[in-house]
Amino acid sequence: MNRVRAFALFWWDFIVGDDYRLALGVVLLLGLTAGLAHVGVALWWLPPLGVLSLLALSVAEAAWRQRRSAGRLRPD
Amino acid sequence: MTASAVLLVVAVFLASAVEMVEAATIVLAVGVTRGWRAAMLGVGAGLLALGVVVAILGPALTAIPLSALRLVVGGLLLVFGLGWLRKAILRAGGLKALHDESATFRTERDRARQAAVAAGGLDTYGFTVSFKGVLLEGLEVAFIVVTFGSNQGRIGLAALGAASAAVIVLAAVVVVRGPLARVPENTMKFGVGTLLTSFGIFWGAEGAGIEWPGADLALAVLIPLTLIVGVALVALLRRSSLSSALIQPDAA
Repeated sequence: MNRVRAFALFWWDFIVGDDYRLALGVVLLLGLTAGLAHVGVALWWLPPLGVLSLLALSVAEAAWRQRRSAGRLRPD
Repeated sequence: MTASAVLLVVAVFLASAVEMVEAATIVLAVGVTRGWRAAMLGVGAGLLALGVVVAILGPALTAIPLSALRLVVGGLLLVFGLGWLRKAILRAGGLKALHDESATFRTERDRARQAAVAAGGLDTYGFTVSFKGVLLEGLEVAFIVVTFGSNQGRIGLAALGAASAAVIVLAAVVVVRGPLARVPENTMKFGVGTLLTSFGIFWGAEGAGIEWPGADLALAVLIPLTLIVGVALVALLRRSSLSSALIQPDAA
């Protein structure tokens, strides 16, 4: 069981990495783009705008988390 | 050679070189401390296992319709590239420690020294560490070659990029014979993350049914755009007071 878990964890870490929300966001974004294209609304600017926004949000969230943990650790 | 072919070779070259530097660091640490026999046997076994994986994965990918392949591969590249780029931005912005190949070398060396050598037989520790390093990092190279190559129908060119990286990294290993700390890894990862993300956007969108204005020329806009956003995020992080405090923790 441990080996199965280790195998699953390896692939999760290999593909998804540190922030699972990036992966989830990419899947939703490409799904939305494909869905819109399927009904005849092909928005070429949507994937780059969406992906770069996801990146900025993920970095901002990491910075915010660092700031919060630094605040907790700071002596009075 | 067309512009997209050159970009393909450059992207695969850079991405593969990063992985190969990491694998070479592990093998060097094991070889120096545990002996080269187990280290090289581990390398051989790792490459063999890698060949099997690629042999299974390659034909399976080429049997899938191109649009579906582009959607899946574009998505995977995006996730992969965004992860690299995010990490490189956080490192360059001072929010994450820079990946230090010297530290990796020292850690692997210390671990190797602590482990007991199997009496009279093969040093299983040295073998396993080398095998693992080569297989894991090689898997990433194979993933990059197969996905980039099959997407453009140019697996040969992608393999050429990876092979060039192998030759150069091997030459660097021979010349440097150390922990390869001179390779500016984060800068390389930043560039590779930018390329993977840009290619991922391009192929993912094409797979989703989008036709890019200017066709392949759209990449010439996507790559600088991604780079500019990445550099801007680093600049914003560096400007924050928190980043300054983290970069110089002893200054307070």
